[in-house]
Amino acid sequence: MDRRPTFVMDVSDLPTIVFRERNPIFWGNVLYMTIEGAMFAMVFASYFYLRTRSTEWPPGVNPPYVWYGIANTLLLLISVLPARWIQLRARAGDLRGSRNGLLVLAAFGAVALIIRGFEFPALNCRWDTNAYGSMIWAMLILHTGHLLTEWVETLVMIAFASSSRMEGKRFPDFDVNSDYWYFVVGWVIVMNFVLYWAPRFL
Amino acid sequence: MRLARQVGSGLVWICGSAILSDAQGSILRPAGAQAGNVEWLYWTIFWIAFVVYVLVVLAFTRAATRNRVRDKEPVPVLQNPPGERGALIAVHSALAITVITLFVVLGMSVVTGKKVEGLTSKNPITIQVTGHQWWWEVTYPNSQADQTVTTANEIHVPVGKPVVILTSSADVIHSFWPPNIRGKRDLLPGYQNAFWMQVDEPGIFRGQCAEFCGYQHAHMGFAIVAESVDDFSKWLEKQRKPAELPTDEEIGRGQQVFLSHACVMCHTIRGTGAASRMGPDLTHLAGRHMIAAETLPNTRGALAGWIVDPQSTKPGSQMAPNPMSSDDLNALLAFLQSLQ
Amino acid sequence: MAVADPIIASPSERHERLARTWSDGRGVYGWFTNVHHTTIGRRYMITSFLFFVLGGILAALIRLQLARPENHLLDPDKYNQIFTVHGSTMIFLFAVPMMYQAFGVYLVPLMVGARNIAFPRLAAFSYYIYVGGCLLLWGGLLLNIGADTGWFSYVTLSGPAFSPGKRVDFWAQMITFTELSALAVAVCLIVTIFKHRAPGMTLNRMPLLIWEKLVLSFMVIFAMPAVMLVSSMLLMDRTANTHFFNPAEGGDVLLYQHLFWFFGHPDVYIIFLPGAAIVSTLVTTFSRRHIFGYPGIVVATIATGFLGFGVWVHHMFATGLPQLSESFFTAATLMIVIPTAYQFFCWVATLWTGRPQLRLPMLWVGGFFFVFLIGGLSGLMLASVPVDQQVHDTFFVVAHFHYVLIGGAVFPMFGALYYWYPKIVGRMANETLARVHFWLFFIGFNLTFFTMHFLGLRGMPRRVYTYLPEMHWASLNLIATSGAIFMTAGVLVFLFNVFWSREKGPIATANPWGAGTLEWGVSSPPPPYNFLNIPIVSGREALWDDPPHQPVVSGLRDDVREMLLTNSLDAEPEGREEQPGPSIWPFVSAVVVSVVLIGSIFTLWAVVYGIVPIIITIVGWIWPTQREASQTRSHEKWSVAP
Repeated sequence: MDRRPTFVMDVSDLPTIVFRERNPIFWGNVLYMTIEGAMFAMVFASYFYLRTRSTEWPPGVNPPYVWYGIANTLLLLISVLPARWIQLRARAGDLRGSRNGLLVLAAFGAVALIIRGFEFPALNCRWDTNAYGSMIWAMLILHTGHLLTEWVETLVMIAFASSSRMEGKRFPDFDVNSDYWYFVVGWVIVMNFVLYWAPRFL
Repeated sequence: MRLARQVGSGLVWICGSAILSDAQGSILRPAGAQAGNVEWLYWTIFWIAFVVYVLVVLAFTRAATRNRVRDKEPVPVLQNPPGERGALIAVHSALAITVITLFVVLGMSVVTGKKVEGLTSKNPITIQVTGHQWWWEVTYPNSQADQTVTTANEIHVPVGKPVVILTSSADVIHSFWPPNIRGKRDLLPGYQNAFWMQVDEPGIFRGQCAEFCGYQHAHMGFAIVAESVDDFSKWLEKQRKPAELPTDEEIGRGQQVFLSHACVMCHTIRGTGAASRMGPDLTHLAGRHMIAAETLPNTRGALAGWIVDPQSTKPGSQMAPNPMSSDDLNALLAFLQSLQ
Repeated sequence: MAVADPIIASPSERHERLARTWSDGRGVYGWFTNVHHTTIGRRYMITSFLFFVLGGILAALIRLQLARPENHLLDPDKYNQIFTVHGSTMIFLFAVPMMYQAFGVYLVPLMVGARNIAFPRLAAFSYYIYVGGCLLLWGGLLLNIGADTGWFSYVTLSGPAFSPGKRVDFWAQMITFTELSALAVAVCLIVTIFKHRAPGMTLNRMPLLIWEKLVLSFMVIFAMPAVMLVSSMLLMDRTANTHFFNPAEGGDVLLYQHLFWFFGHPDVYIIFLPGAAIVSTLVTTFSRRHIFGYPGIVVATIATGFLGFGVWVHHMFATGLPQLSESFFTAATLMIVIPTAYQFFCWVATLWTGRPQLRLPMLWVGGFFFVFLIGGLSGLMLASVPVDQQVHDTFFVVAHFHYVLIGGAVFPMFGALYYWYPKIVGRMANETLARVHFWLFFIGFNLTFFTMHFLGLRGMPRRVYTYLPEMHWASLNLIATSGAIFMTAGVLVFLFNVFWSREKGPIATANPWGAGTLEWGVSSPPPPYNFLNIPIVSGREALWDDPPHQPVVSGLRDDVREMLLTNSLDAEPEGREEQPGPSIWPFVSAVVVSVVLIGSIFTLWAVVYGIVPIIITIVGWIWPTQREASQTRSHEKWSVAP
């Protein structure tokens, strides 16, 4: 630039630790959830599309056994409380509180993953039985994959919170981690309806 | 200048001959009202598009050249360009004309679509077409099972009568397309589709598979044979009969060759022991004018080449080579050519 | 003191400090650690152009095979592999990576006035994973076990029963690679546009190319999951005995087509919209005025983005859907003409009221007008169900979409490459060679593809490896093949020009075209930190509208990679962010993910075994060193007192 610039704005006082829509990681996470959400929406749409191609639903097998699914959904619904608590503590810059919250959340995640292990046999059919079986297995595996990802992410956050390499910019990460947790929980509610109740009422 | 004129007239000749020459499978050579309606719609949209193209290209050329600056270096930016108001009116008028044109096209398209699919008739002839890699199984169903006719690759229809085509596929997706008669329809595994078709001119019209279906997609043709109602009835009557018993020794030996070689593993000839449905039904093979899904003429030589070495004509085809002695081959050919 | 005071320190001193901070690693190891967007953008450009050339070689082979009837140059097996890999390469390895990733990653940060792209390590990862997809698809072809069921790989032909072996798996998994790459770039670009715009660049002042990249990124986010899903379902049908698309077990073949085209049609706009935005940019610069109808073009771009998702069924008109839904999709398809037509009229109006300087890049804009419009108008015919049912899957459609895609993307791409060549390389491209290139390509293109309209009307279906002499298609095919020779020659001239001008071209100034967007305000090529001072923007064409003594921002650190965060709507500064520096982890991570994805072709257990290695690479990616962590802590500042 050959024109001599004029300095009219000093930004050195602006903060480096910012939350919510002021932070790029918040947007990154929102977009990631949008991508995954689009994927789930299409899985659900495919399920109902296949439903229209069959007179009998579920075709030739029993509907899934519901109680493990309901237990898991209730558990995950309760886990929203520690997730929310983490957000409040992270925004206050409370490292100890955030870490304790993350530990509780990780414990919830571990129990949810164990219950999930019981949900697969309770589907009452195999993935290679027919297209319906393939669809519900895909649905449950996809969600389990995300539950696992979110659980590992929570463990990584705990590692940060317990490490000497903890930086202030991790607090917004704790905050965003809970957003993703809500997403995983919200999705399990929708999936619960599709997986367990649609075969009974459609 | 002279060169330009020569090139120009050359191009006109190429385009003209390209459109007008009697390439038999052209969609612009309709042999029925369905393709005729589409041809009309095609040309109507073509001329609309032509006018739009000329106008837009002229406007662009004029716009780019009328105030053209030939400086090599960037000239100063116009902060308040003149003629904004005129441009605003022009742009919005052009947009309005675009919207109106689109509505016209939509209307014509829907109306033509209704005409094309609007055929109907009481007690129509129904023909089941099943796609196979890479041939067409053609069935004329009948409530009495032994009256059902099965043939391959040649679809006989009566002129001027609407017929219903039922489609399905035995393996992958194929697409049924007789360009002179109507637009294409996919043959989908797991689906049973139906559509109407009517041929208004007698003749033989080539069609082909239009959905990529593997190695021999290129050689998956069929023929629609449109004939008078009488001829059609005679043909159907004849097809209902089983193959005639061999009348001479050579043909009889040929039948034995057929039944003792791999042929019998895939093909049916009604009236003999051969009853496999893997390949085309050959009961009245000699009555067809082409073989190998409209790829080879139905001559003795072509038939011999096809039987002995189908993989050189249609690499990847499901038919295996059948090496045999020349005596056996001659007998077999005599037998097959007797299947009128 | 951590920051050199801009008012006291000389520009050259600050340049040195910033260059030290922002320079990426050198050497072979350093190459794999680079995270600056200009480097990654250049890599995308070079790699995707390489695949344009490779895909072009396959196209030439197709044309040679079809030059005469019953030709034996290629057998059907080779031909099917070649046309499949040609289509897949051009769409997944060239068109989207070039028009979206390459131009987006290179230009967006420069155009919004940022020192780098958001999430630079993710951007680096996206490039390596894209290369993984390229190697997978082409590895298969070179081993003569290339995918052979078409770029769309319809079931049941691509299913386990009719395509045994691993061929289709290469194709299906290549989709995962390339779409992961596009999705990663979408996240990087949206966040760059939302959070890193220079102060003053409100939404209403964003360059049209940035608007288009924003809309496009959202299209990627909604479209790409569909194709990743469908290719994964296909893969599972093939390797895990699922039955999603198996009609015998309740699966459905049309489900595949719906999901595929729900991605496939928006993808056409993902390829075309960048072309339109390039035309808008070039027309503005060379008309010497602000673009006519800026708000309308923004709305048109957004409308195209939405409507692009409402027309996928027009690829399925021949499947026998109910007539009502066919009419609906005809109407939607025709409606999408409106925003595109509006952009055309605005370009004409801009030229009409401006003072057009028809310099080199404008030649390609002219080519775009003449060529793309033909594709658009033949699209009008295809939108009509009865006509479509006749010419669908014939060479008419081949002609149509080459006019749309080459006209709408490749012509603008060449214009853009000549336009930004001085910015990227620092020298001007040779003009005579460029004109030779244009005319060879333009004539060859029309010779090849205009002819195909006639072939289609005369009944020649697509994807046939040969045809019978009785069909009267031979002379037209010969003309089409002869055009391919001109196009090949044109591309060779272009490549020669690129390499020759790099050494011998005249040195480029910062702004050789007198353009108005921010990338022209920095030297050619840009310094490692892009902007010495982050500008404060006061108009849509920043360099045209800003006051003579460019107002700028001060106070960003120059000893760490600090970026300014601004508000998404008004671009008001609201924070600072320290970006991570060069790292080998994106590369390592891409290698591990590639191994897992390729392994999953052979056994789906690879995904399970892969979980732990992938977690390790991700932790390595985000885990700072002790020094980095304490350095960051030393200058962190809370938004509100904790």
